[in-house]
Amino acid sequence: MFSSLKEKIGEVLLPGDEFVFESEDTIFLTDNVKPERPVCGPGLRQSGNRLVVSKSGVLRHKPPHTFWMDSQQWRYVPAKAETVIGIVTSKSGDIFKVDVGGSEQASLSYLAFEGATKRNRPNVQVGDLVFAQFTVANKDMEPELVCIDGSGRANGMGVFGGGGLLLKVSLGLVRRLLAPQSDIRSDLEQLFPCELVVGMNGRIWVRASTIQQTLIISNLLQSCDTLTAPQRREQFRKLQKGGL
Amino acid sequence: MAEDSFKLSKNLLRMKFMQRGLDAETKKQLDEDEKRIISDEHWHLDLPELKSKENRIVEEKSFGPCEELLFGRLSFRGFNPEVEKLMALMNPKDEVEEDVSQMQTDVTDEEMALRYESLVGTMKKKFAKKRERRGMDEDDQNLLESNTKRVFLKPRD
Repeated sequence: MFSSLKEKIGEVLLPGDEFVFESEDTIFLTDNVKPERPVCGPGLRQSGNRLVVSKSGVLRHKPPHTFWMDSQQWRYVPAKAETVIGIVTSKSGDIFKVDVGGSEQASLSYLAFEGATKRNRPNVQVGDLVFAQFTVANKDMEPELVCIDGSGRANGMGVFGGGGLLLKVSLGLVRRLLAPQSDIRSDLEQLFPCELVVGMNGRIWVRASTIQQTLIISNLLQSCDTLTAPQRREQFRKLQKGGL
Repeated sequence: MAEDSFKLSKNLLRMKFMQRGLDAETKKQLDEDEKRIISDEHWHLDLPELKSKENRIVEEKSFGPCEELLFGRLSFRGFNPEVEKLMALMNPKDEVEEDVSQMQTDVTDEEMALRYESLVGTMKKKFAKKRERRGMDEDDQNLLESNTKRVFLKPRD
């Protein structure tokens, strides 16, 4: 099965394309060879004894056994352990309801902040922006967010904001921004000092030293979705020459 | 009495004071019986096909680990120094690491050794009783005196 998967790396596949488990795989279990477990990422699903493609896109591979479908979409579906930007919509009792752009609002407990106890409540108001990660995110249950990691430290999560601008972009742009080698990020670095918070739900919060610079960066990011790489570089060069 | 030992109930045998007298074998038997009782009460799903499929594939719903995405907070050109620190912390470290230089010590090891030699002596003197202290001082003086021995001087005519 690995061989059939590896053949198709870089090709466009459509939902319904299948990869069948060959019986050779089971033979390995009787030898003392460690069976290789394929990791199927977003866009690939297991159905019976087959691996089925569920989203149209390009098949990508990461050694040793990770495969996923690289596709573009705007609508976010909550996934566990992803960090997102949420907007607090209401406070009810012990939990906050946070809008993350999914099909339903996520709940965020007031104890899930660093240093929060029953007496010492975090300072979160309706309308605040929070950077949090999912602990529970599946199709059967209401998503839950927390602003701390496993050991109780905030690690940059929590309420932020004040003086910036929140944008909605496609999920593909978010991934391109956060990729280990990213052209957009290196281009942005050349421009002027600024700060970004990038949520996997397609929301980006930008802040620079003046309002004009903030607006420039937000316009750039939104247009990056539709520009090709040379066009984008052209835009950045124009801005740098403009001396803003 | 030997006959009675067969009739002792299992609960009694499980008590602590009875455990010491039992052999290892009977102990094992008791443990197994207990385990069997527990496993009978547990509900199993008797579906061997499901079991064989369990170990096949790991499903990962998020792009983060697949594409090795960085941490979501970014800061450029030192706009927010705390976020820059976070970026250094949270992002996976690069493979090229700097050489771990030896710690600069304020006091070298040799100096420490010399210090300790004299320190031990002075502390000992501090806590010694008066008689011992006198004895310690006299030792030092005796050394000086013994160097200048008195020699018989012939009387001059």
